[in-house]
Amino acid sequence: MGRLAVLAPVWVWLLVFVAAPAGILLAIALAEADSGLPPFRLAWSLAGFATLTQDAYYLDALLAALRIAAMTAGGCLLLAYPMAMGIARAVPGRRVLLLAALMLPFWTGFLLRVGAWIGLLRDEGWINGLLMGLGITDEPLPLLYTEGAMLIGMIHAYLPFAVLPLFAALLRLDPTLGEAAADLGARPATIFFTVTLPVTLPAAAAAFLLVFIPAAGEFVIPELMGPPEAQLVGRVLWQEFFQNRDWPVAAALAVTLLVLLLIPIRLFQRLEARG
Amino acid sequence: MSSGRFVTAVLTAGFAFLWLPILLLVIYAFSADRIPFQWGGFSLRWFAALAENERIVEAAFLSLRIAAGAATLAVLLGGAAGWALARYGRFRGRALFGALIGAPLVLPEVVTGLSLLLLFVALEVTTGWPDGRGAFTVLLAHATLGAAFVAVVVQARLAETDRSLEEAAMDLGATPATAFRTITLPLIAPALAAGWLLAFTLSLDDVVIASFVSGPAGTTLPMAVFAMLRRGLTPEVNALGAVIVLAVGAMLALATVLMRARR
Repeated sequence: MGRLAVLAPVWVWLLVFVAAPAGILLAIALAEADSGLPPFRLAWSLAGFATLTQDAYYLDALLAALRIAAMTAGGCLLLAYPMAMGIARAVPGRRVLLLAALMLPFWTGFLLRVGAWIGLLRDEGWINGLLMGLGITDEPLPLLYTEGAMLIGMIHAYLPFAVLPLFAALLRLDPTLGEAAADLGARPATIFFTVTLPVTLPAAAAAFLLVFIPAAGEFVIPELMGPPEAQLVGRVLWQEFFQNRDWPVAAALAVTLLVLLLIPIRLFQRLEARG
Repeated sequence: MSSGRFVTAVLTAGFAFLWLPILLLVIYAFSADRIPFQWGGFSLRWFAALAENERIVEAAFLSLRIAAGAATLAVLLGGAAGWALARYGRFRGRALFGALIGAPLVLPEVVTGLSLLLLFVALEVTTGWPDGRGAFTVLLAHATLGAAFVAVVVQARLAETDRSLEEAAMDLGATPATAFRTITLPLIAPALAAGWLLAFTLSLDDVVIASFVSGPAGTTLPMAVFAMLRRGLTPEVNALGAVIVLAVGAMLALATVLMRARR
Protein backbone atom coordinates (compact mmCIF):
# COMPACT_ATOMS: atom_id res chain seq x y z
CA MET A 1 0.00 0.00 0.00
CA GLY A 2 1.39 3.40 -0.90
CA ARG A 3 2.50 5.44 2.03
CA LEU A 4 0.89 8.53 0.60
CA ALA A 5 -2.50 6.81 0.38
CA VAL A 6 -2.30 5.97 4.08
CA LEU A 7 -0.81 9.23 5.29
CA ALA A 8 -2.63 11.82 3.16
CA PRO A 9 -6.20 11.32 4.50
CA VAL A 10 -4.95 11.27 8.11
CA TRP A 11 -2.86 14.40 7.54
CA VAL A 12 -5.86 16.21 6.04
CA TRP A 13 -8.07 15.14 8.93
CA LEU A 14 -5.53 16.17 11.58
CA LEU A 15 -4.85 19.54 9.96
CA VAL A 16 -8.57 20.30 9.68
CA PHE A 17 -9.84 18.91 12.98
CA VAL A 18 -6.86 19.32 15.33
CA ALA A 19 -4.42 21.94 14.01
CA ALA A 20 -6.92 24.40 12.52
CA PRO A 21 -9.15 24.50 15.67
CA ALA A 22 -6.07 25.34 17.77
CA GLY A 23 -5.20 28.20 15.40
CA ILE A 24 -8.78 29.46 15.34
CA LEU A 25 -8.96 29.27 19.15
CA LEU A 26 -5.89 31.52 19.37
CA ALA A 27 -7.26 33.89 16.71
CA ILE A 28 -10.54 34.30 18.61
CA ALA A 29 -8.71 34.73 21.92
CA LEU A 30 -7.11 37.73 20.20
CA ALA A 31 -10.37 38.95 18.65
CA GLU A 32 -12.63 41.69 19.97
CA ALA A 33 -16.00 40.92 21.50
CA ASP A 34 -18.85 42.13 19.33
CA SER A 35 -22.63 42.06 19.48
CA GLY A 36 -22.91 40.39 16.05
CA LEU A 37 -23.28 36.76 15.16
CA PRO A 38 -20.84 35.12 15.74
CA PRO A 39 -20.13 37.52 18.60
CA PHE A 40 -16.59 38.65 17.78
CA ARG A 41 -14.63 40.72 15.28
CA LEU A 42 -11.20 39.48 14.20
CA ALA A 43 -8.43 41.78 15.41
CA TRP A 44 -5.04 41.68 17.08
CA SER A 45 -6.38 42.60 20.46
CA LEU A 46 -5.18 41.51 23.87
CA ALA A 47 -8.49 42.62 25.42
CA GLY A 48 -9.53 39.04 26.15
CA PHE A 49 -6.29 38.25 27.97
CA ALA A 50 -6.35 41.66 29.67
CA THR A 51 -9.80 40.83 31.11
CA LEU A 52 -8.29 37.67 32.60
CA THR A 53 -5.55 39.60 34.40
CA GLN A 54 -7.74 42.51 35.55
CA ASP A 55 -10.44 40.48 37.22
CA ALA A 56 -9.24 38.25 40.07
CA TYR A 57 -12.26 36.03 39.36
CA TYR A 58 -10.45 34.37 36.43
CA LEU A 59 -7.12 33.91 38.18
CA ASP A 60 -8.98 32.42 41.15
CA ALA A 61 -10.83 30.05 38.81
CA LEU A 62 -7.55 28.84 37.32
CA LEU A 63 -5.87 28.40 40.70
CA ALA A 64 -8.92 26.69 42.22
CA ALA A 65 -9.05 24.26 39.29
CA LEU A 66 -5.36 23.39 39.69
CA ARG A 67 -5.82 22.94 43.45
CA ILE A 68 -8.87 20.68 43.07
CA ALA A 69 -7.15 18.72 40.28
CA ALA A 70 -4.09 18.19 42.51
CA MET A 71 -6.30 17.07 45.42
CA THR A 72 -8.21 14.70 43.11
CA ALA A 73 -4.99 13.23 41.72
CA GLY A 74 -3.48 12.95 45.20
CA GLY A 75 -6.59 11.24 46.56
CA CYS A 76 -6.63 8.85 43.61
CA LEU A 77 -2.97 8.00 44.18
CA LEU A 78 -3.49 7.25 47.91
CA LEU A 79 -6.24 4.77 47.06
CA ALA A 80 -4.67 3.50 43.85
CA TYR A 81 -1.29 2.45 45.30
CA PRO A 82 -2.58 -0.23 47.69
CA MET A 83 -5.26 -1.23 45.19
CA ALA A 84 -2.69 -1.71 42.44
CA MET A 85 -0.49 -3.69 44.87
CA GLY A 86 -3.41 -5.91 45.77
CA ILE A 87 -4.26 -6.57 42.13
CA ALA A 88 -0.62 -7.18 41.16
CA ARG A 89 -0.17 -9.67 44.04
CA ALA A 90 -3.29 -11.67 43.18
CA VAL A 91 -2.94 -14.97 41.32
CA PRO A 92 -3.32 -14.47 37.51
CA GLY A 93 -6.88 -15.81 37.28
CA ARG A 94 -8.10 -13.57 40.06
CA ARG A 95 -6.10 -10.66 38.70
CA VAL A 96 -8.14 -10.64 35.49
CA LEU A 97 -11.36 -10.53 37.52
CA LEU A 98 -10.10 -7.67 39.68
CA LEU A 99 -8.99 -5.69 36.61
CA ALA A 100 -12.41 -6.24 35.05
CA ALA A 101 -14.08 -5.06 38.27
CA LEU A 102 -11.85 -1.99 38.15
CA MET A 103 -12.68 -1.05 34.56
CA LEU A 104 -16.36 -2.03 34.52
CA PRO A 105 -17.65 1.13 36.22
CA PHE A 106 -16.09 2.99 33.27
CA TRP A 107 -18.63 1.28 31.01
CA THR A 108 -21.66 2.21 33.08
CA GLY A 109 -21.75 5.84 32.07
CA PHE A 110 -20.00 8.72 33.72
CA LEU A 111 -23.15 10.83 34.23
CA LEU A 112 -25.07 7.95 35.77
CA ARG A 113 -22.32 7.49 38.34
CA VAL A 114 -22.56 11.20 39.13
CA GLY A 115 -26.34 10.72 39.39
CA ALA A 116 -25.80 7.86 41.82
CA TRP A 117 -23.64 10.05 44.06
CA ILE A 118 -26.24 12.81 43.97
CA GLY A 119 -28.82 10.24 45.10
CA LEU A 120 -26.59 9.15 47.95
CA LEU A 121 -25.44 12.57 49.16
CA ARG A 122 -28.59 14.74 48.81
CA ASP A 123 -30.39 16.06 51.89
CA GLU A 124 -33.17 13.51 51.27
CA GLY A 125 -30.55 11.04 50.06
CA TRP A 126 -29.63 7.54 51.04
CA ILE A 127 -26.73 8.39 53.37
CA ASN A 128 -28.70 11.02 55.28
CA GLY A 129 -31.61 8.57 55.50
CA LEU A 130 -29.26 5.99 56.97
CA LEU A 131 -27.71 8.44 59.45
CA MET A 132 -31.11 9.67 60.63
CA GLY A 133 -32.49 6.14 60.78
CA LEU A 134 -29.61 5.15 63.05
CA GLY A 135 -30.23 8.22 65.18
CA ILE A 136 -26.76 9.61 64.53
CA THR A 137 -28.22 12.90 63.39
CA ASP A 138 -31.67 14.52 63.69
CA GLU A 139 -31.61 16.61 60.56
CA PRO A 140 -29.90 15.95 57.24
CA LEU A 141 -26.24 16.87 57.03
CA PRO A 142 -25.38 19.11 54.08
CA LEU A 143 -23.30 16.64 52.06
CA LEU A 144 -24.03 17.48 48.42
CA TYR A 145 -22.92 20.78 46.87
CA THR A 146 -19.77 20.83 48.99
CA GLU A 147 -16.13 20.65 48.02
CA GLY A 148 -15.98 17.21 49.64
CA ALA A 149 -18.83 15.94 47.45
CA MET A 150 -17.10 17.32 44.37
CA LEU A 151 -13.84 15.60 45.33
CA ILE A 152 -15.61 12.28 45.98
CA GLY A 153 -17.27 12.49 42.57
CA MET A 154 -14.00 13.31 40.84
CA ILE A 155 -11.96 10.62 42.63
CA HIS A 156 -14.70 8.11 41.79
CA ALA A 157 -14.57 9.09 38.12
CA TYR A 158 -10.77 9.05 37.76
CA LEU A 159 -9.64 6.31 40.18
CA PRO A 160 -9.36 3.48 37.58
CA PHE A 161 -7.04 5.61 35.45
CA ALA A 162 -4.65 6.02 38.38
CA VAL A 163 -4.62 2.30 39.22
CA LEU A 164 -3.66 1.06 35.74
CA PRO A 165 -0.18 2.64 35.32
CA LEU A 166 0.72 1.71 38.92
CA PHE A 167 -0.47 -1.85 38.38
CA ALA A 168 1.65 -2.17 35.22
CA ALA A 169 4.74 -0.87 37.05
CA LEU A 170 4.20 -3.10 40.11
CA LEU A 171 3.82 -6.12 37.85
CA ARG A 172 7.26 -5.40 36.36
CA LEU A 173 8.77 -4.89 39.81
CA ASP A 174 11.14 -7.71 40.70
CA PRO A 175 9.55 -9.40 43.78
CA THR A 176 12.97 -10.62 44.98
CA LEU A 177 13.89 -7.01 45.82
CA GLY A 178 11.18 -6.83 48.47
CA GLU A 179 11.93 -10.38 49.66
CA ALA A 180 15.60 -9.54 50.08
CA ALA A 181 14.68 -6.46 52.11
CA ALA A 182 12.33 -8.57 54.24
CA ASP A 183 15.02 -11.21 54.78
CA LEU A 184 17.33 -8.48 56.00
CA GLY A 185 14.69 -7.53 58.57
CA ALA A 186 12.90 -4.58 56.93
CA ARG A 187 9.30 -4.01 58.00
CA PRO A 188 6.57 -3.79 55.30
CA ALA A 189 6.35 0.01 55.60
CA THR A 190 10.14 0.30 55.29
CA ILE A 191 10.11 -1.96 52.22
CA PHE A 192 7.41 0.19 50.65
CA PHE A 193 9.24 3.48 51.20
CA THR A 194 12.77 2.26 50.40
CA VAL A 195 12.13 -0.28 47.61
CA THR A 196 8.64 -0.17 46.07
CA LEU A 197 8.07 3.58 46.03
CA PRO A 198 11.45 4.64 44.52
CA VAL A 199 11.23 1.99 41.78
CA THR A 200 7.62 2.81 40.84
CA LEU A 201 7.93 6.59 41.24
CA PRO A 202 7.81 7.32 37.47
CA ALA A 203 4.57 5.32 37.22
CA ALA A 204 3.16 7.15 40.22
CA ALA A 205 3.99 10.47 38.56
CA ALA A 206 2.34 9.27 35.33
CA ALA A 207 -0.76 8.17 37.28
CA PHE A 208 -0.93 11.52 39.06
CA LEU A 209 -0.71 13.46 35.79
CA LEU A 210 -3.14 11.13 34.00
CA VAL A 211 -5.74 12.27 36.56
CA PHE A 212 -4.51 15.84 37.07
CA ILE A 213 -4.61 16.92 33.41
CA PRO A 214 -8.26 16.10 32.60
CA ALA A 215 -9.39 17.01 36.15
CA ALA A 216 -8.01 20.54 35.73
CA GLY A 217 -10.57 21.26 33.02
CA GLU A 218 -13.43 19.29 34.61
CA PHE A 219 -16.84 20.88 34.15
CA VAL A 220 -19.59 18.34 34.83
CA ILE A 221 -18.78 17.26 38.41
CA PRO A 222 -18.17 20.77 39.82
CA GLU A 223 -21.39 21.87 38.10
CA LEU A 224 -23.55 19.01 39.41
CA MET A 225 -21.94 18.23 42.78
CA GLY A 226 -19.81 21.21 43.80
CA PRO A 227 -20.80 24.28 45.81
CA PRO A 228 -22.02 27.27 43.77
CA GLU A 229 -18.92 29.22 44.75
CA ALA A 230 -16.60 26.55 43.34
CA GLN A 231 -15.99 28.50 40.16
CA LEU A 232 -13.37 26.28 38.59
CA VAL A 233 -11.95 27.21 35.21
CA GLY A 234 -13.95 24.60 33.28
CA ARG A 235 -17.16 26.00 34.69
CA VAL A 236 -16.16 29.65 34.16
CA LEU A 237 -15.15 28.94 30.57
CA TRP A 238 -18.54 27.29 29.98
CA GLN A 239 -20.42 30.24 31.48
CA GLU A 240 -18.41 32.82 29.54
CA PHE A 241 -19.19 30.97 26.36
CA PHE A 242 -22.79 29.83 26.79
CA GLN A 243 -24.25 32.42 29.16
CA ASN A 244 -22.20 35.62 28.70
CA ARG A 245 -21.51 34.85 25.04
CA ASP A 246 -18.06 36.41 25.44
CA TRP A 247 -16.19 34.23 22.98
CA PRO A 248 -12.82 36.05 23.13
CA VAL A 249 -12.67 35.73 26.94
CA ALA A 250 -13.71 32.05 26.79
CA ALA A 251 -11.05 31.39 24.14
CA ALA A 252 -8.40 33.34 26.07
CA LEU A 253 -9.26 31.28 29.15
CA ALA A 254 -8.91 28.05 27.14
CA VAL A 255 -5.52 29.18 25.79
CA THR A 256 -4.34 30.10 29.29
CA LEU A 257 -5.45 26.75 30.73
CA LEU A 258 -3.62 25.01 27.90
CA VAL A 259 -0.41 26.95 28.52
CA LEU A 260 -0.61 26.13 32.24
CA LEU A 261 -1.07 22.45 31.41
CA LEU A 262 1.78 22.31 28.86
CA ILE A 263 4.40 21.47 31.48
CA PRO A 264 2.41 18.61 33.06
CA ILE A 265 1.46 17.37 29.58
CA ARG A 266 5.10 17.31 28.37
CA LEU A 267 6.15 15.63 31.61
CA PHE A 268 3.47 13.00 31.17
CA GLN A 269 4.52 12.31 27.57
CA ARG A 270 8.15 11.91 28.68
CA LEU A 271 7.14 9.43 31.38
CA GLU A 272 4.97 7.52 28.89
CA ALA A 273 7.80 7.33 26.35
CA ARG A 274 10.11 5.98 29.04
CA GLY A 275 7.67 3.55 30.61
CA MET B 1 -1.32 -4.70 60.80
CA SER B 2 0.62 -6.69 58.23
CA SER B 3 1.05 -5.17 54.77
CA GLY B 4 -0.99 -7.98 53.23
CA ARG B 5 -3.99 -7.19 55.43
CA PHE B 6 -3.67 -3.46 54.83
CA VAL B 7 -3.56 -3.97 51.06
CA THR B 8 -6.58 -6.28 51.16
CA ALA B 9 -8.50 -3.81 53.31
CA VAL B 10 -7.85 -0.89 50.95
CA LEU B 11 -8.57 -3.07 47.91
CA THR B 12 -11.93 -4.04 49.40
CA ALA B 13 -12.70 -0.47 50.43
CA GLY B 14 -11.67 0.82 47.00
CA PHE B 15 -13.91 -1.62 45.17
CA ALA B 16 -16.79 -0.88 47.56
CA PHE B 17 -16.29 2.82 46.83
CA LEU B 18 -16.31 2.16 43.08
CA TRP B 19 -19.23 -0.25 43.06
CA LEU B 20 -21.61 0.65 45.89
CA PRO B 21 -23.08 3.77 44.24
CA ILE B 22 -23.68 1.84 41.02
CA LEU B 23 -25.26 -1.13 42.82
CA LEU B 24 -27.56 1.13 44.83
CA LEU B 25 -28.50 3.05 41.68
CA VAL B 26 -29.58 -0.21 40.05
CA ILE B 27 -31.36 -1.63 43.12
CA TYR B 28 -33.44 1.50 43.68
CA ALA B 29 -34.45 1.53 40.01
CA PHE B 30 -36.91 -1.20 41.07
CA SER B 31 -38.40 0.89 43.87
CA ALA B 32 -41.93 2.25 43.49
CA ASP B 33 -41.16 5.39 45.49
CA ARG B 34 -41.19 8.68 43.60
CA ILE B 35 -38.21 9.92 45.64
CA PRO B 36 -35.02 8.39 44.24
CA PHE B 37 -33.06 6.07 46.55
CA GLN B 38 -36.08 5.46 48.83
CA TRP B 39 -37.58 1.99 48.98
CA GLY B 40 -41.31 1.95 48.28
CA GLY B 41 -41.82 -1.68 47.32
CA PHE B 42 -40.87 -3.49 44.12
CA SER B 43 -42.10 -1.90 40.91
CA LEU B 44 -41.15 -1.56 37.26
CA ARG B 45 -42.98 1.75 36.90
CA TRP B 46 -39.82 3.81 36.34
CA PHE B 47 -38.79 1.57 33.47
CA ALA B 48 -42.21 2.19 31.93
CA ALA B 49 -41.82 5.93 32.53
CA LEU B 50 -38.38 5.81 30.91
CA ALA B 51 -39.70 3.96 27.86
CA GLU B 52 -42.39 6.63 27.45
CA ASN B 53 -39.90 9.48 27.82
CA GLU B 54 -39.53 10.37 24.15
CA ARG B 55 -36.68 12.81 24.68
CA ILE B 56 -34.56 10.15 26.35
CA VAL B 57 -35.44 7.36 23.93
CA GLU B 58 -34.78 9.54 20.88
CA ALA B 59 -31.54 10.83 22.37
CA ALA B 60 -30.46 7.24 23.13
CA PHE B 61 -30.95 6.12 19.52
CA LEU B 62 -29.22 9.24 18.21
CA SER B 63 -26.27 8.61 20.57
CA LEU B 64 -25.97 4.97 19.46
CA ARG B 65 -25.90 6.04 15.80
CA ILE B 66 -23.34 8.79 16.44
CA ALA B 67 -21.18 6.44 18.53
CA ALA B 68 -21.21 3.69 15.88
CA GLY B 69 -20.34 6.13 13.08
CA ALA B 70 -17.69 7.94 15.09
CA ALA B 71 -16.10 4.66 16.24
CA THR B 72 -15.95 3.32 12.68
CA LEU B 73 -14.37 6.51 11.38
CA ALA B 74 -12.00 6.55 14.36
CA VAL B 75 -10.84 2.98 13.58
CA LEU B 76 -10.09 3.92 9.94
CA LEU B 77 -8.23 7.11 10.87
CA GLY B 78 -6.58 5.87 14.06
CA GLY B 79 -5.70 2.55 12.42
CA ALA B 80 -3.95 4.33 9.55
CA ALA B 81 -2.22 6.70 11.97
CA GLY B 82 -1.07 3.87 14.28
CA TRP B 83 0.19 1.95 11.23
CA ALA B 84 2.16 4.97 9.98
CA LEU B 85 3.70 5.60 13.42
CA ALA B 86 4.67 1.95 13.88
CA ARG B 87 5.86 1.12 10.38
CA TYR B 88 6.96 4.20 8.47
CA GLY B 89 10.05 5.05 10.55
CA ARG B 90 11.08 8.69 10.48
CA PHE B 91 8.75 9.97 7.77
CA ARG B 92 8.56 13.70 7.09
CA GLY B 93 6.58 15.58 9.73
CA ARG B 94 6.41 12.55 12.03
CA ALA B 95 6.81 14.62 15.21
CA LEU B 96 3.96 16.95 14.24
CA PHE B 97 1.86 14.00 13.06
CA GLY B 98 2.31 12.25 16.42
CA ALA B 99 1.57 15.41 18.37
CA LEU B 100 -1.62 16.11 16.40
CA ILE B 101 -3.02 12.57 16.58
CA GLY B 102 -2.29 12.41 20.32
CA ALA B 103 -3.50 15.91 21.19
CA PRO B 104 -7.10 14.94 22.05
CA LEU B 105 -5.73 12.48 24.64
CA VAL B 106 -4.21 15.24 26.74
CA LEU B 107 -6.40 18.27 26.04
CA PRO B 108 -9.09 19.10 28.60
CA GLU B 109 -12.56 18.42 27.20
CA VAL B 110 -13.64 22.05 27.47
CA VAL B 111 -10.68 23.11 25.31
CA THR B 112 -11.32 20.42 22.66
CA GLY B 113 -15.04 21.21 22.60
CA LEU B 114 -14.62 24.96 22.37
CA SER B 115 -11.93 24.85 19.68
CA LEU B 116 -13.90 22.38 17.52
CA LEU B 117 -17.01 24.52 17.81
CA LEU B 118 -15.01 27.59 16.76
CA LEU B 119 -13.76 25.58 13.77
CA PHE B 120 -17.30 24.64 12.70
CA VAL B 121 -18.44 28.26 13.09
CA ALA B 122 -15.45 29.52 11.09
CA LEU B 123 -16.08 26.93 8.35
CA GLU B 124 -19.75 27.80 8.18
CA VAL B 125 -19.04 31.53 7.92
CA THR B 126 -16.38 31.11 5.21
CA THR B 127 -17.61 28.12 3.18
CA GLY B 128 -21.27 27.67 4.12
CA TRP B 129 -20.51 24.16 5.42
CA PRO B 130 -21.60 22.72 7.82
CA ASP B 131 -25.03 24.26 7.48
CA GLY B 132 -25.90 24.35 11.16
CA ARG B 133 -24.58 21.97 13.78
CA GLY B 134 -26.01 18.76 15.17
CA ALA B 135 -25.47 15.01 15.11
CA PHE B 136 -23.00 15.20 12.21
CA THR B 137 -20.66 17.72 13.85
CA VAL B 138 -20.77 15.65 17.07
CA LEU B 139 -19.81 12.58 15.01
CA LEU B 140 -16.82 14.40 13.49
CA ALA B 141 -15.66 15.60 16.91
CA HIS B 142 -16.02 12.15 18.46
CA ALA B 143 -14.20 10.50 15.54
CA THR B 144 -11.26 12.86 16.14
CA LEU B 145 -11.25 11.99 19.85
CA GLY B 146 -11.63 8.25 19.22
CA ALA B 147 -8.90 8.17 16.55
CA ALA B 148 -6.37 9.33 19.15
CA PHE B 149 -7.16 6.30 21.33
CA VAL B 150 -7.29 3.84 18.42
CA ALA B 151 -3.89 5.05 17.15
CA VAL B 152 -2.29 4.32 20.54
CA VAL B 153 -3.81 0.83 20.75
CA VAL B 154 -2.94 -0.10 17.15
CA GLN B 155 0.60 1.29 17.36
CA ALA B 156 1.24 -0.69 20.56
CA ARG B 157 -0.12 -3.87 18.99
CA LEU B 158 1.97 -3.45 15.84
CA ALA B 159 5.10 -2.89 17.94
CA GLU B 160 4.47 -6.32 19.51
CA THR B 161 3.79 -8.23 16.30
CA ASP B 162 6.54 -10.08 14.51
CA ARG B 163 7.29 -8.45 11.17
CA SER B 164 9.13 -11.54 9.96
CA LEU B 165 5.76 -13.28 9.46
CA GLU B 166 4.80 -10.67 6.90
CA GLU B 167 8.24 -10.78 5.29
CA ALA B 168 8.09 -14.57 5.09
CA ALA B 169 4.73 -14.35 3.29
CA MET B 170 6.18 -11.90 0.80
CA ASP B 171 9.31 -14.07 0.31
CA LEU B 172 6.94 -16.89 -0.55
CA GLY B 173 5.42 -14.71 -3.28
CA ALA B 174 2.52 -12.94 -1.57
CA THR B 175 1.91 -9.39 -2.73
CA PRO B 176 2.14 -6.73 0.01
CA ALA B 177 -1.66 -6.42 -0.12
CA THR B 178 -2.15 -10.18 0.34
CA ALA B 179 0.42 -10.27 3.14
CA PHE B 180 -1.40 -7.42 4.86
CA ARG B 181 -4.82 -9.04 4.47
CA THR B 182 -3.83 -12.58 5.48
CA ILE B 183 -1.12 -11.93 8.09
CA THR B 184 -1.10 -8.42 9.52
CA LEU B 185 -4.82 -7.66 9.58
CA PRO B 186 -5.74 -10.78 11.60
CA LEU B 187 -2.89 -9.95 14.00
CA ILE B 188 -4.09 -6.41 14.67
CA ALA B 189 -7.82 -7.24 14.50
CA PRO B 190 -8.15 -7.51 18.30
CA ALA B 191 -6.57 -4.05 18.63
CA LEU B 192 -8.96 -2.64 16.02
CA ALA B 193 -11.93 -4.22 17.82
CA ALA B 194 -10.77 -2.93 21.20
CA GLY B 195 -10.18 0.50 19.68
CA TRP B 196 -13.64 0.55 18.12
CA LEU B 197 -15.24 -0.38 21.43
CA LEU B 198 -13.22 2.28 23.26
CA ALA B 199 -14.16 4.99 20.73
CA PHE B 200 -17.81 3.85 20.87
CA THR B 201 -17.84 4.10 24.69
CA LEU B 202 -16.10 7.48 24.73
CA SER B 203 -18.69 8.83 22.30
CA LEU B 204 -21.60 7.43 24.32
CA ASP B 205 -20.16 8.93 27.51
CA ASP B 206 -19.23 12.41 26.33
CA VAL B 207 -21.32 15.37 27.40
CA VAL B 208 -18.89 18.32 27.28
CA ILE B 209 -17.61 18.13 23.69
CA ALA B 210 -21.09 17.23 22.40
CA SER B 211 -22.64 20.19 24.23
CA PHE B 212 -20.22 22.54 22.49
CA VAL B 213 -20.41 21.21 18.94
CA SER B 214 -24.05 20.13 18.77
CA GLY B 215 -27.06 22.16 17.76
CA PRO B 216 -30.76 22.24 18.62
CA ALA B 217 -31.47 19.09 16.58
CA GLY B 218 -28.65 17.04 18.05
CA THR B 219 -29.38 16.24 21.70
CA THR B 220 -27.35 13.16 22.60
CA LEU B 221 -28.19 10.86 25.52
CA PRO B 222 -25.53 12.33 27.84
CA MET B 223 -26.79 15.84 27.00
CA ALA B 224 -30.35 14.77 27.89
CA VAL B 225 -29.22 13.06 31.11
CA PHE B 226 -27.16 16.11 32.07
CA ALA B 227 -30.24 18.31 31.63
CA MET B 228 -32.24 15.86 33.79
CA LEU B 229 -29.61 15.85 36.55
CA ARG B 230 -29.50 19.64 36.53
CA ARG B 231 -33.24 19.83 37.10
CA GLY B 232 -32.96 17.34 39.95
CA LEU B 233 -32.66 13.60 40.28
CA THR B 234 -35.67 11.46 39.34
CA PRO B 235 -36.03 7.66 39.57
CA GLU B 236 -35.93 7.60 35.75
CA VAL B 237 -32.16 8.18 36.09
CA ASN B 238 -32.03 5.02 38.24
CA ALA B 239 -34.00 3.11 35.60
CA LEU B 240 -31.67 4.30 32.84
CA GLY B 241 -28.66 3.31 34.95
CA ALA B 242 -30.14 -0.16 35.47
CA VAL B 243 -30.82 -0.58 31.74
CA ILE B 244 -27.22 0.38 30.86
CA VAL B 245 -25.64 -1.81 33.57
CA LEU B 246 -27.77 -4.77 32.52
CA ALA B 247 -27.00 -4.17 28.82
CA VAL B 248 -23.26 -3.94 29.47
CA GLY B 249 -23.45 -7.03 31.68
CA ALA B 250 -25.31 -8.98 29.00
CA MET B 251 -22.78 -7.91 26.34
CA LEU B 252 -19.88 -8.99 28.54
CA ALA B 253 -21.51 -12.33 29.27
CA LEU B 254 -22.07 -12.83 25.53
CA ALA B 255 -18.45 -11.90 24.74
CA THR B 256 -17.20 -14.35 27.39
CA VAL B 257 -19.37 -17.16 26.03
CA LEU B 258 -18.22 -16.44 22.45
CA MET B 259 -14.56 -16.40 23.48
CA ARG B 260 -14.95 -19.68 25.37
CA ALA B 261 -16.71 -21.23 22.36
CA ARG B 262 -13.85 -20.24 20.04
CA ARG B 263 -11.27 -22.02 22.17
